[in-house]
Amino acid sequence: MTLLAIEKLTLSIGGVPILKGVDLSVGKGEILGVIGESGSGKSMTALSVMQLLPAGAEAGGAIRLDGADLLGKSEREMCAIRGRDIGMVFQEPMTALNPLKTIGDQVAETVRTHTGASKAEAAAVARDTLDRVGLSAERFPLERYPHELSGGQRQRVVIAMAIALKPRLLIADEPTTALDVTTQAQILTLLKRLVDEDGMGMIFITHDLAVVAGLADRVAIMRRGELVETGPTAKVFRELSHSYTRALFEASSHVPARAPVPPPEPGAPPVLSAEKVVRDYRLPRRSLFQPAAHFRAVDGVSLSIERGENVGLVGESGSGKSTLARAIMALEPLQGGAVILDGETLNAATGASAKARRKMQVVFQDPYGSFDPRHRVSRLITEPFHLLASEAPTGAEREKRIAEALETVGLSASDANKYPHEFSGGQRQRIAIARALIIRPALIILDEAVSALDVSIRAQILDLLADLSSRLKLSYLFISHDLHVVRAITDRVLVMKSGRIVESGPTEEVFRSPQHPYTQELLAATPTLETALASHSAGSAFR
Amino acid sequence: MSVEAIAVAPAEKSDSYVRAALRSPSFMIGAVITAIVLLAALMSFVWTPYYYAAQDIPNKLKGMSAAHWFGTDQFGRDIFSMIIVGARTSIAVALVAVGVGVVIGVPLGLWAAAKRGTLFDELIMRANDLVFAFPALLIAVLITAVFGPGAVNAIIAIGIFNIPVFARLSRGAALTLWTREFILAARVAGKGPVRISVEHILPNIINTLVVQITIQFALGILADAGLAYVGLGAQPPTPSWGKMLADAQNLIAMAPHVAVVPGLAIVITVLGLNLMGDGLRDVFDPRLRRSRQ
Repeated sequence: MTLLAIEKLTLSIGGVPILKGVDLSVGKGEILGVIGESGSGKSMTALSVMQLLPAGAEAGGAIRLDGADLLGKSEREMCAIRGRDIGMVFQEPMTALNPLKTIGDQVAETVRTHTGASKAEAAAVARDTLDRVGLSAERFPLERYPHELSGGQRQRVVIAMAIALKPRLLIADEPTTALDVTTQAQILTLLKRLVDEDGMGMIFITHDLAVVAGLADRVAIMRRGELVETGPTAKVFRELSHSYTRALFEASSHVPARAPVPPPEPGAPPVLSAEKVVRDYRLPRRSLFQPAAHFRAVDGVSLSIERGENVGLVGESGSGKSTLARAIMALEPLQGGAVILDGETLNAATGASAKARRKMQVVFQDPYGSFDPRHRVSRLITEPFHLLASEAPTGAEREKRIAEALETVGLSASDANKYPHEFSGGQRQRIAIARALIIRPALIILDEAVSALDVSIRAQILDLLADLSSRLKLSYLFISHDLHVVRAITDRVLVMKSGRIVESGPTEEVFRSPQHPYTQELLAATPTLETALASHSAGSAFR
Repeated sequence: MSVEAIAVAPAEKSDSYVRAALRSPSFMIGAVITAIVLLAALMSFVWTPYYYAAQDIPNKLKGMSAAHWFGTDQFGRDIFSMIIVGARTSIAVALVAVGVGVVIGVPLGLWAAAKRGTLFDELIMRANDLVFAFPALLIAVLITAVFGPGAVNAIIAIGIFNIPVFARLSRGAALTLWTREFILAARVAGKGPVRISVEHILPNIINTLVVQITIQFALGILADAGLAYVGLGAQPPTPSWGKMLADAQNLIAMAPHVAVVPGLAIVITVLGLNLMGDGLRDVFDPRLRRSRQ
């Protein structure tokens, strides 16, 4: 039977329409997956249910929870409903917990607010709930603080807060996006189990089709504030009757066309080779009389990249991938080993010379944080010209190079006079690539360069990268936690764990028959559309 | 996204700041008061109703009238003339003192941030703590005791106190910027710490600095009045608000306006600057601005 019915929900914020007549429903014990790219209104739909809308928002239509319209409720009545009848899990477990309160207090707080239970009773409920989400009393007493837990464990605490009072409806807004794949698999299993045990309805919001395919009973696909399609998961994904669903489906499993790697010129040195690179961080002193301990973030890593070759580097957070990238870029000193760029050994003490830096550029993950917001595009993308010192092009030649770089990445030369905020996330990532290309490097390090992008934009950027690589004989070091993307774009892959490369080889080979147990675990935890849909006919993937 | 948390203003351009400022009542009131004080001080260079030091004993301690707008003091001097010339002194002292703080403190803070975690950073910041540990007035008394009273020494004293304020502020704001990816990108482009500090860090912390400047400016005027009050500021016959207060305190029962007028001048000026600083902070802080819309 229907638990939550959203009928013709409209929403505008400051006069700008955000939602245009959304109809959704969730039954008891049912998981509804809401899929959409950024700006589709999926999070705003969830916030409308919670009545946690930003100031200036006006909602219309109806949201009925067991028949009662939530839109007509006063703030006071909503306070009683939030946390008791509707629980919510957010994306970022790092910021969803109060760092100054113990996990027990935070879970108990929900209980006490709504039931007026005594401290001891609330603590007992908190204990039970933490047990249910897999945080056992022996290892996770109530007195633990959030900073003592890992990201996945914190997300379990957030889930415990949401389900402590056995709400009728649970809303999860991208609850696993910030987590590693192995942790993600555990959290998904947990959510599924809780829904089954409590008979809750759940709205699971995500941009990741593979995650939803394995979890949801029904899916709803949203675009630009409108519902595109809704139906049983297997049916929607198997039939792909709507063109947007099909486009999303294709984009998320997109493999760019790539030319084979040219054979290395005999005698030419590899573009990059790293030999036994070691990077230590000093830990805070534990005692005045003992030397400070060290944490080895990168432990004797060797790798080499030939001209035109795309090499992937995968691993979970904390595995040392980004530290290795910074060490290669000579942004951080090495404690051992050497980085050799096109035959020239980088000096670990003084950083790379301008001549060496010209051959290597970088594209970062965050398309919003990687530009100085106060500079125009022309100035942003010519920043690497600093490396050319007096040889830097000026005047008409400079204009020509700017136009050329922008056109290479699919923007127009007139974009040079705009500021970064005038561009969308995907366009900014193109600008970041233009900045990397403008001094014609041999190697570009892509540090999670497509991870923050929507699937359709990601597919376009991957196409662009593949095209540039074959056209300009560029080499990439492609760092990512997303195994699909690495599989689509790289020739060789390195798997990193705890500062070491545990497995390496041609991408297809490694993905088809992983040798190291860690690689096998990673691949098994990665949700894929195909396996998820296959298991739908035989039950569900996360049961 | 959590990386957006601090410091870098959203990439809106200055015209929207101007519009937001014009809509902020505290900024507008503060700006009008400050402008009036500044205009009065500027006017005193070309015209005052009377020469500020001209004594007219027969007409001493007169109340407010058409001839003497704010009345006269115990020597028959025109208080209005003294107030606007005194505004000149106060503003000059506070302005130069804040300038000293900004010119020395901001580069120190940026330098410390660029060398974060090193011994150099520690040295700079601990030296700042040392200065901070003494109350500003104590430093001022110390300096004037050694070098003698006067406007220049008041400037030095207040300026020294301003250095750690700006050093800490700019270091703190710069530290969060140094972890941003656009700074990493600049480092990959081979730019050194000095260049990055000037090109990328400084423009992005300027908002924070402007707010602090208005607040320190108000504090500077208060400090100048305080120093003058205890006789360590500008020396007679140069009028200053603090000295006027000090001279008037014995006459408060007989002729209250002699004390009230310079007191009000200090209060209104400081109030205006603080309101302006508050308004600017609201304008520059995207979180405050959004919540008010």
